[in-house]
Amino acid sequence: MLIFEKSRPGRGISALPKCDVEQYTLPEDDMREADLHLPEMAEVDLSRHYTELAKKSHGVNDGFYPLGSCTMKYNPRINEKTASFEGFTQVHPLQPAETVQGCMQVLRETEEALAEITGMSSFTMQPAAGAHGEFTGLLLIKAYHLANGDPQRTKIVVPDSAHGTNPASAVMAGMEVINVDSTPDGLVDVDKLREICRDNEEIAGLMLTNPNTAGLFDPNIREITDIIHECGGQCYYDGANLNAVMGWARPGDMGFDCVHLNLHKTFSTPHGGGGPGSGPVGCKEHLAEFMPGVKVVDENGILAFGKADSSLGEMKNFYGNFLVVVKALTYIKMLGRQGIPEASKNAVLNANYMMNKLSEKYDIAFKPEVCMHEFVMDIGRQAKETGVTAMDIAKGLLDNNIHPPTMYFPLTVHEALMAEPCETESKETLDEAIGVFLALNDLAYSDPEALHAAPVKTPVTRLDEVGAARHPVLRYEF
Amino acid sequence: MELKKDALYAKSHEWVVIDGDNATIGISDFAQSELGDLVFVNLPEVGDEVVAGEIFADVESVKAVSDIFSPVSGTVAEINEELQDAPEMINENANEAWFIKVEGVKEKADGLLSPEEYEVFCEEEA
Amino acid sequence: MGTFVPNTKEQQKEMLKEIGFSNLEDLFAHIPDAVKFQGELNLPEGMSEMEVGIAMKEIADRNVIFKSVFRGAGAYRHYIPAIVNHVMSNETLQTAYTPYQAEISQGVLQSIFEYQTMICDLTGMDVSNASVYDGGTAAGEAVAACRGRKSNRALVSATVQPSVMKVIETYCFGNEMELSVIPEKDGVTDTEALKEMMTDDTACVLIQHPNYYGNLESAAEIGEIAHSIKNCRYIMSVNPITLAVMKTPREYGADFAIGEGQPLGMAVAFGGPYLGFMACIDSMKRNLPGRIVGQTVDRNGKTGYVLTLQAREQHIRREKASSNICSNQALCALTVGVYLSAMGNEGLKNVAMQCYSKAHYMAQKFAEIGFKVPETEFFHEFVTESDKDSTALLKALECEGVLGGLALDERKILWCCTEMNSKAEIDKVIAAVKEV
Repeated sequence: MLIFEKSRPGRGISALPKCDVEQYTLPEDDMREADLHLPEMAEVDLSRHYTELAKKSHGVNDGFYPLGSCTMKYNPRINEKTASFEGFTQVHPLQPAETVQGCMQVLRETEEALAEITGMSSFTMQPAAGAHGEFTGLLLIKAYHLANGDPQRTKIVVPDSAHGTNPASAVMAGMEVINVDSTPDGLVDVDKLREICRDNEEIAGLMLTNPNTAGLFDPNIREITDIIHECGGQCYYDGANLNAVMGWARPGDMGFDCVHLNLHKTFSTPHGGGGPGSGPVGCKEHLAEFMPGVKVVDENGILAFGKADSSLGEMKNFYGNFLVVVKALTYIKMLGRQGIPEASKNAVLNANYMMNKLSEKYDIAFKPEVCMHEFVMDIGRQAKETGVTAMDIAKGLLDNNIHPPTMYFPLTVHEALMAEPCETESKETLDEAIGVFLALNDLAYSDPEALHAAPVKTPVTRLDEVGAARHPVLRYEF
Repeated sequence: MELKKDALYAKSHEWVVIDGDNATIGISDFAQSELGDLVFVNLPEVGDEVVAGEIFADVESVKAVSDIFSPVSGTVAEINEELQDAPEMINENANEAWFIKVEGVKEKADGLLSPEEYEVFCEEEA
Repeated sequence: MGTFVPNTKEQQKEMLKEIGFSNLEDLFAHIPDAVKFQGELNLPEGMSEMEVGIAMKEIADRNVIFKSVFRGAGAYRHYIPAIVNHVMSNETLQTAYTPYQAEISQGVLQSIFEYQTMICDLTGMDVSNASVYDGGTAAGEAVAACRGRKSNRALVSATVQPSVMKVIETYCFGNEMELSVIPEKDGVTDTEALKEMMTDDTACVLIQHPNYYGNLESAAEIGEIAHSIKNCRYIMSVNPITLAVMKTPREYGADFAIGEGQPLGMAVAFGGPYLGFMACIDSMKRNLPGRIVGQTVDRNGKTGYVLTLQAREQHIRREKASSNICSNQALCALTVGVYLSAMGNEGLKNVAMQCYSKAHYMAQKFAEIGFKVPETEFFHEFVTESDKDSTALLKALECEGVLGGLALDERKILWCCTEMNSKAEIDKVIAAVKEV
């Protein structure tokens, strides 16, 4: 039941004292005419309403969440504790610098740590999410080319397996995407890339994630970034998959010029049902002068706000999703120099263990010997033989309290299920999930109808998305 | 597949009925079944110019957007506003669910097919 | 070192053995040496949870927390009922991913549907999205959403919050829309200048109301000017607290209502996370960026919620999408839902009227000690002008534990009052200011 249906006029909570100054009246021309229909609730009903909503949701605390490319690792509670310190939550963003030294220290320490982990020279915490970081990175590249007198550099090369965000971000940055094919092994086709870039003065740069969306580390990465640099382009690293390589390989050493990270993936901050995230952007020295937002500088032990010389401007108000940065810094401090590579190591171990066990019944896309932090199952064979699709397997997992892997991505695999188990899951959890996956494969052959009907144990069954889109109901009508 | 007997077809799966300077355009029954349940149609405005072989509209299913190409050049005289409220009409009867009417038809796209030729074309494509 | 890896060393070995490897490093053997990181990361040693808690507390304690705050300018300190943070710390709602798997995400989806309804109700608009990053990005996105085939020019008033203007500039730097600033006159948008600036290729007019200086704009008149050009949209950026008592953007004639959602239950938190709300009239809904939740039914006819109108979005429309936004600020949208439900109609009106009355009381007191206060109508922020040096005045207040208004220049200060400022606090500020 919607909260509006539970509302009863006259109920409410006793939030505020009486106004202790005389009441002033608004000019009549500016007074609201429309009725307000906010819920009127006693606190007890409010509390129960949201408890009920929580019960109809699935978080990392509810069960295994191997959602590929999303890095649904456990979100440590200590992060929440430190981010709730009043010393952080009660600071106004426009306080004088000498009264926000702690906040500035958070920005600076996080910048230093992320720069070290990625091999970049500076970072901005301003971008609020991965897509926002991607947009920022492209603007950095744009500003760089404009400053060099190269306004014609508007083409961005992305692999055909790229996420839809890439072309959309390119358009926002006034650029255009050129796709480069993958090889049958799922890697960038270096020859094709060379062909595209040869003497091409329109190339602005390349957007790539490594390891890629199939969980494969591209061994030709240096060659790829060299080709782009030779034709005058810049290389952008999508940090979605950084959890695989922290302490093992750095985007900077791979030849990338700028990078965005997702603190809500790699650095253990919660996803919040879709946000707030944080998508810091880092770059090497030659792009630093274009960085957006503020730069915290140390002036004889006192932190001060600086600004890049040719800053491209502001990506959002103030300094980014600050409390998310606090959480990520807490995590980085806790893991430290050994714990961070250790996390990647175990993320890769868990993925390989799961891939190996599942390959008994499932086809693994691109058949790698080892994967990185994630791998892609191809349900094409099952679909052909039984009619059970990747969607059906996913819905079957819901009945087993497992959040399904990412479905139908990458687009280069038609019946894809992309699984990323993360380092924070135990062997016991993996074994149990592997058992469920294998059983669902058997069910596809013995009783495919059961999977077409799934899920049946969830609060609702499959929903009518066509009806929702044809005749949209986007709010409650009073 | 239900063919529209009085229409010509483009290989990009639109039908067009040309009557002197005027034309009516829709998408084929084959196209609607390939696209699946349509949920929205994005139409041009009355007065817009359409060009033979170029995009003039797009249709949305839940998970895809597909461009619709004009088989003729001319000026949009009328759009089928009913489709915007009820895109399911296209799935129900693509031959009747016209998208736009064009006046001042100047040229036709190359290679328009007769209904019979189009049927063969679709069989080959499938 | 701290760790969140549950597998013991023995288990790790066992797992490796089962898949045919002898040590963990072998899993990284295929990374070419040329790009393999050698040595150890130059980061501090890891810590225990206790140590990290202490270290972070020490950092937090380096900040000064003012007991009394009269600064707004884009971030507002309001009372946040205890239930709000209680709900927000629910681990399931906090740690869930975007609700792609609708069957196990009904709670998150319903909370967004309720949020959308509340935003529509407050703004008078027909459709709200599930939120964007903040008020600045909402403005940047709204401007981009108004772009048409023949209209590529955005007119934005000089009286919008400066950081919002900068974000709009950045978005226009990217998508290459032409941006012109409508000049300010006497603390509000210069409507005569606006009339002169309107051209056939104007995609939108954007104002903030109340504006950065707290002043009320001639919002209805500006709407009429905006609509004098076909296909030009009117975007109003508003403070949601004011909507409890003030005309809705719809009533002023706006096509888009956007703004900073932070006042609705979010802490000031050094600038984030906040939330940008975006709502529009029905005919513009396909231009609205970001996620939208819709109501539907399941196979048994039971009511449920799904992400809908997805073909507008980047993952389907790709290079034809006007925005690349994937996520929203779902947990912040949840916060708004809880806050507005906790306050209710009367509660929110009370907040708004207390903000309004206290600001007017304070302005009156300033006038009594010889400060110049606005002659225009304002809401809960206002600019004073005096012969006292702004920096010295604010420093004096700081010594009393008061964060005063924001200095606009040597003589002008932008003040803000909310329900959090008691009469005694206000009187104390006036007394202290008098002494400067």
